[in-house]
Amino acid sequence: MLKNEDKQNNTVKKNLDIPIVKSIGLPTLIIAAFFLLVMITAAVLKQSLPILISDILRRFGMNGVLVLAMVPAIKSGTGPNFALPLGIICGLLAWTIGIEMGFVGFKLLLITSAIATVFAVATGYFYGKLLNAVKGAEMTIATYTGFSTVALMSLVWLMAPFKSKQMGWMMGKGLRETIKLDGVNAGEIINNFLSFEIIGIKIPTGLLLTFFAFCFLVWLFFRTKTGVAIIAGGSNPAFAAAAGIDIDKNRIIANILSTVLGAYGIILYSQSYGFFQLYSGPLMMAFPAVAGVLIGGATASKANISHVIIGTFLLQGLLTASMPVANQLFAGTDLSEIMRVILQNGIILYALTQVKGGGK
Amino acid sequence: MGDILLTIKNVSKEFYGNQVLKDINMEIKKGEIHALIGENGAGKSTLMNILFGMPVIHETGGYQGSIELDGKEVMFNSPHEAMSHGIGMVHQEFMLIPGFTITENIKINRELTNPNMVSRIFGKQYESLDMKRMNSDARKALDIMGMSIEEYTLVAGLPVGHMQFIEIAREIDKTGIKLLVFDEPTAVLTESETQNLLAAIQKLAAQGIGIIFISHRLEEIMQVSHRVTILRDGEHVVTKDTKDTNVYEIAELMVGRKVSLDRSGSDSRRISDEIVLSIKNLEVKMPGEEVKGFDLDVRKGEIIGIGGLAGQGKLGVANGIMGIFPARGQVIYEGRPLELNNPRGAITAGISFLSEDRKGVGLLLDESIEINTVFTSMQIHKEFLHNLGFIRIMDSQKIRNHTNKMIKDLDIRCTSSLQHAGSLSGGNQQKVCMARALTQKPKLLLVSEPTRGIDIGAKKLILDLLKSLNEEQGMTIVMTSSELAELRSICDRIAIVCDGKVKGILSPEASNAEFGLMMSGVHADSQMGGAE
Repeated sequence: MLKNEDKQNNTVKKNLDIPIVKSIGLPTLIIAAFFLLVMITAAVLKQSLPILISDILRRFGMNGVLVLAMVPAIKSGTGPNFALPLGIICGLLAWTIGIEMGFVGFKLLLITSAIATVFAVATGYFYGKLLNAVKGAEMTIATYTGFSTVALMSLVWLMAPFKSKQMGWMMGKGLRETIKLDGVNAGEIINNFLSFEIIGIKIPTGLLLTFFAFCFLVWLFFRTKTGVAIIAGGSNPAFAAAAGIDIDKNRIIANILSTVLGAYGIILYSQSYGFFQLYSGPLMMAFPAVAGVLIGGATASKANISHVIIGTFLLQGLLTASMPVANQLFAGTDLSEIMRVILQNGIILYALTQVKGGGK
Repeated sequence: MGDILLTIKNVSKEFYGNQVLKDINMEIKKGEIHALIGENGAGKSTLMNILFGMPVIHETGGYQGSIELDGKEVMFNSPHEAMSHGIGMVHQEFMLIPGFTITENIKINRELTNPNMVSRIFGKQYESLDMKRMNSDARKALDIMGMSIEEYTLVAGLPVGHMQFIEIAREIDKTGIKLLVFDEPTAVLTESETQNLLAAIQKLAAQGIGIIFISHRLEEIMQVSHRVTILRDGEHVVTKDTKDTNVYEIAELMVGRKVSLDRSGSDSRRISDEIVLSIKNLEVKMPGEEVKGFDLDVRKGEIIGIGGLAGQGKLGVANGIMGIFPARGQVIYEGRPLELNNPRGAITAGISFLSEDRKGVGLLLDESIEINTVFTSMQIHKEFLHNLGFIRIMDSQKIRNHTNKMIKDLDIRCTSSLQHAGSLSGGNQQKVCMARALTQKPKLLLVSEPTRGIDIGAKKLILDLLKSLNEEQGMTIVMTSSELAELRSICDRIAIVCDGKVKGILSPEASNAEFGLMMSGVHADSQMGGAE
């Protein structure tokens, strides 16, 4: 373990001797530079900057909590939560139950959050148990846990006895693929809270406040006794064990937290979109979240709130801004989507190459 | 014994400015069994690494001096090259493949082959094995060793003694073997297996093979070797004919360090007769440092040392008490039995532990000095926390004040209390570990290898600190160390561990020979009578 660390330090020293590169991290700097370039191009192409910035802020806020869900998992030593779809499904299930019960507006939002919490805590508990049983292979197992749960849930969406007109098909049984939240007065419900416009930029105040509030709560959690114990267990299991810490219990707590954040994350995400997607909708949603925190400067074993904020802003900003720019420059191509795939998977690949050999 | 086979001339070696070998001269004759002895860190392994051309030597700048084999100067750049010159090594750990037969293990990578159709097209790698010839070769090698076991038996499941013999058989099967190095070959063998092995070694020597025999067991050395060379702290102490010396003298020469007794001021100290920690029949499954039935009584207010050679189990004792490795047996602390395999319980009871594995177990390298200092107290004793009902949040101000006090008290050199522990020097890291142990306000402090990997100045500071904790606060300290000199400088009594058990307890003033003999597992009384 030590040797690996030394090796890593050495390569870091060799490659990045410039202080600023060292403190911020190479991937973050590259993406930031790219983001700036795209923004400048957008300005040159006379695209509407206020609209672009409004969009970026919205995307930043709506993805934030999903990215934040990575922090507890990474800090506890189980690596980025590739099983984020678990939490997302809890959130989606809560939406459907809330709508089925006939709630609308803020009431729906609160009920949904409450139901989501219950589901996510239970799911997170069993998911944490699973991770404790497969130490050393958490990330792979997590990915496939996510995939298979999404498939299983597809059957549930199809067969669950929901009756609400808002969610069913015109004919036949089962839930629709895409369910609109406008119909239940929940579309952009948080975004519009206290929101205002300034020089043409729409500030989604409620959305940003909610995101930052969650960031603060997670930050605070990692300053509690339990939080510090989780960090210690993640960063040096031998140390934590010698200090009498129950590492397995802490890993479960961290993954419950991560799953709950995933559930809240999708609630925040879908209200901002104005609809939510069932069936294969959650399948790939872990990857932009993982990429987000990594772009912010996190690694598979270290992550902070600052990484979440910076990373989400850069990744979502870049993706949002590059779409209109690419469409104008290379009309008729799907370049921005191609770039998203390259960026998102590239950064995950990069982070995985930096992982120290299988944790024990 | 015939002509000179190997000459080591003025060999010196430095590792990063640290001299580990100084001007070593050695000669090995054909058919001679030459014993090489010294404490851990005396330079035996380095010397053998040089002889074998291990990469670690070249990567660190090579060595000075020269080595001659059969009168010709040689310099091996790889173990492979050394082997092709007829130098073999029997390893301490078995390098055998359990699922292969004895023959296959002996012949691995030197298989005898016959050409076939495929090999004519694709080359030598694809030739078929000539099992018949391989088996008969293996048989021959096994016969030399006096082993009747069938050569087609699988290695898996054989007793360790047999495995050792197969290792040796592999070496002697190599054609043109001239020199064989045995690195503690008897460490894992039973008495009768040892005798077989020693007999085999003598047989090999009788065939004209030169043998370097490294062992800590002095009786064996007396029994089989012709000459002994003693290394100490990287220096060549002496080479003697075995018949002109005795166990007593060898032991003394091996340890022979000037001991600075520095127990001034110890008169004011009172060690009560009260037994604070009583260890009975402790067994600890710590890989490489297994404890097999350890008994010790620790008196309140004393500094007791646990010494012994590496691998004998001295490090396992503290790790077992603290629940870091699985343990069995009875530990009574302050009159109550201490639950084993429960780190939390041991810490709660008031025992602190400074691990020998500073970076692995001792520190959170990526966290600040503050967290490292208060972590255990925060988690176990619930200190340094704001209590907000069911939530406990770190009390940053209190943590900072305490850490700064520790930094000042222990003279930790750092930029601030927020510096990460991983970026500190070894000595300062040890002080951070110490700060954490002291923050727990322990009544009993277990320290393992407190000065390992620390420069001399910092060493003294750490030892002085331990001494002052003991003298001023009456803290009971159990110190485990490989450095005998260090134990003798601060301990009241020193328990020597051999083969997982306490071999005996010595006063720090005991003679070098007594320590040396005990560490080698020789009963001091029986040998000393004969020597004088």
